Amino acid sequence: MKCIVCVKQVPDTSGVVAVKEDGTMDRAAMATITNHDDLAAVEAALRIKDATGCKVVVVSMGPPPAEGMLRELLAMGADEAVLVSAREFGGSDTYATSQILAAAIKKVGVDNDDIIFCGRQAIDGDTAQVGPQIAEKLHVPQVSYVEKVEVNNGKVTVQRQLEDGYMTIKVNTPCLLTCLKELNEARYMSVGGIMECYSKPLSVFNYETLKDDPLIDVDTIGLKGSPTNVYKSFSPPVKGAGMMMEGADKATVDQLVGILNDKHII
Amino acid sequence: MAEFNSKDTAAFKGVWVFCEQREGVIMSTSYQLLSEGRKLANDLGVELAGVVLGHNVKEDYLKALGGYGADKVYYCDHELLDVYTTDAYTKVICDLVEDKKPEIFLIGATNIGRDLGPRCAARLHTGLTADCTHLDVDVAKYKEFLKTTSTIDVDNTVFEENTNLKMTRPAFGGHLMATIICPRFRPQMSTVRPGVMQTQPYDDAGAAKTVIEKVAVQLSKDDINVEVVEVVKAAKQLVDLIGADVVVTVGRGISKDVEGGLKLAEELAGVLGGVVGASRACVDAGWITADHQVGQTGKTVHPRIYVALGVSGAIQHLAGMQDSECIIAVNKNESAPVFDVASYGIVGDLFKVTPMLIEAIRTLKASK
Repeated sequence: MKCIVCVKQVPDTSGVVAVKEDGTMDRAAMATITNHDDLAAVEAALRIKDATGCKVVVVSMGPPPAEGMLRELLAMGADEAVLVSAREFGGSDTYATSQILAAAIKKVGVDNDDIIFCGRQAIDGDTAQVGPQIAEKLHVPQVSYVEKVEVNNGKVTVQRQLEDGYMTIKVNTPCLLTCLKELNEARYMSVGGIMECYSKPLSVFNYETLKDDPLIDVDTIGLKGSPTNVYKSFSPPVKGAGMMMEGADKATVDQLVGILNDKHII
Repeated sequence: MAEFNSKDTAAFKGVWVFCEQREGVIMSTSYQLLSEGRKLANDLGVELAGVVLGHNVKEDYLKALGGYGADKVYYCDHELLDVYTTDAYTKVICDLVEDKKPEIFLIGATNIGRDLGPRCAARLHTGLTADCTHLDVDVAKYKEFLKTTSTIDVDNTVFEENTNLKMTRPAFGGHLMATIICPRFRPQMSTVRPGVMQTQPYDDAGAAKTVIEKVAVQLSKDDINVEVVEVVKAAKQLVDLIGADVVVTVGRGISKDVEGGLKLAEELAGVLGGVVGASRACVDAGWITADHQVGQTGKTVHPRIYVALGVSGAIQHLAGMQDSECIIAVNKNESAPVFDVASYGIVGDLFKVTPMLIEAIRTLKASK
C-alpha cells in the first residue's frame, strides 16, 4: 500500500496581491505557499504512514521553483517527490491538468490498495475540479470534501462534508480522496527531516517522460488542449460612492442611525 | 446509437439544469438555475429541461420545476439514485447527455454539484467552469452586463459575436473577474454558485404543462464503488445567510479580541434581527465555522442591511455581498476596499464603534 498526494504551490492571496498593468495577477511578485487543503492531504497520508509504514509520494505540477515546496514536504516525512513540469503543460485548464496529473500518477504506479489524496481546491482557482477529474481519468472512485479518514486493514471509511451535515462512506481502493483543511493540523518539518530531505528521491517528469501515455496528446493538454478559454477578464468597477461619515464617535453613530431611521432602513 | 462526440457542436441542442434532490425534496438552488436557464433558452430559442435523479420523488415536485421555467423534466428513478453517489449519478447523467445532447448543462455549485460536475465533464470530454456568478449567451446582453460590472470601455472594445455560453466567475483568488467560454466542445457545463441567480415567480400554467419524461435507467450495484453507510444532519443549526434580511459580518479586524469581536457582531445582529457572517480570513483562521462565510465558495448574499465590521473587502468578499441594499462598513483603514461599495462608511475601531451602534439602535427601537 502507498499514498500518492497531489499538491499545488499557490500565490498567497491572503496578503497583498500584486497586479500587473494588464490587470492579471503578478504571480512572480507574490509569496508562494503550499495550498492549505493540500497540506491537509499530505498530513492525512503521513498519518497513514505513521500507522502502517506505507510509502508516501508527493506529486506537484508547476514551474521548477515548486521543487522547494516538494523538499519541504519530504522534510515533513514524505518518501518521494515528483515534479511534473514542462512548457507543453503550461496554460492547462482543469481538464488538461487532470490529464497530465493522471498520466504522472500512472507513471508512479497505482496498486490495488493505494489511496490518492488531493486537496479539495486550490486558493488561486477555487474550482475543486482537478481531484474528481483525475479520479475519472484513472477510473478510480472518488470522495470529495473529506473531513475524516479511517483506514482499517486496508478498508477506507471517510466522512464527507455536506452543507447540512455529513455522509459516512466506505470506498473501495484504489480511490481518490479530496481533503478539507479542517481534516487535520499539518505537522511541521522535523530537524531530522530537514537533514534528510535532500537525500530523498525527487524526480522531474517532463513532456518526454509522459508523452507515451495516451492521456498526453496535443489535443488534451496545455493551452491548446484545454476545453475552456478565457473570453474576457476584467476588474470590477468602483461602486457609486457612498457616504463616508465624519469621525467615529457617538455623534457620528447617532447621525448614522438617524439617517437609517429616516430612510426606513431600520 | 452513433458514437458520442463532444466536438460535434452542431449536434447539441437545448439547455439543461441538474435539479438536485436530497431526501426527495428539490433544493432551492435548482429553482434559481431554472429561472436563469429559462432566459438562456429563450435567447437561444430552445427548450429548457430539468434533470432529476432520485427514487420515488413526488410527481408534484417534478411538475413544480415547470413553474420555474422547465418545458420538460427528465426523471431518472432508481433505488440506487435515492442517495447521491458519484459513480451512480455520473453514469446516469452521462448516459442521458450522450443520448439527448444538450448544448448547455448547469449544475448548482453545492458540495454535491461540485463533486458531480467535474466527474461528468471529464467523462464527456468537455469543459466545466466552476462557481459561476453570471451567465450570458447573447453578446449584446453580455455587453450590457459589463457596462455596470466592469471597468472595460465596452463601446470601444471588440467582442467576438457568437452564442457560446459566457460564464463569468471570480478568478485568481477573487482579485479579478473572468468570463470563460468552451467553444469547441459540448455540452458547455457550468456550476453556478447558490444564491446568485434570482428565482422567478412561480407560474402555475408552466407547472401544468410540464412534460415529465421517465428515463430508462441502466444501473446496477456493480457500477458503484462506494457504500454510503449513513447520512447525518448536523446537530447544530447551520446559519441561513442566503435567506437573511440582515447580515453582520466580521473580518480580520476582530483579530485582537476574536471572542469579543464575535460577541459584538452577535449583539448587533440581535438588535437588527439578523445573522452573523464572516470573511474568508476568519473562517481560514478557525475563528468561526465555514457556514458563516460570505464570498467565493462561501455564500452570496443580498440582504436588506449588510454590516461589515473590520472586513477589508477582498474582491471575492465584495462579489458575495455588494448587491446588498444598504451596506454599512466600519474599518480602521480608510483605504479598505470595502468602503468602495459601502453606502455608509465609518473609519474607526470596530471595538469602539460597534457598542455605540448597538446602543443607538436599541435607544431608537425603544423610543418607537
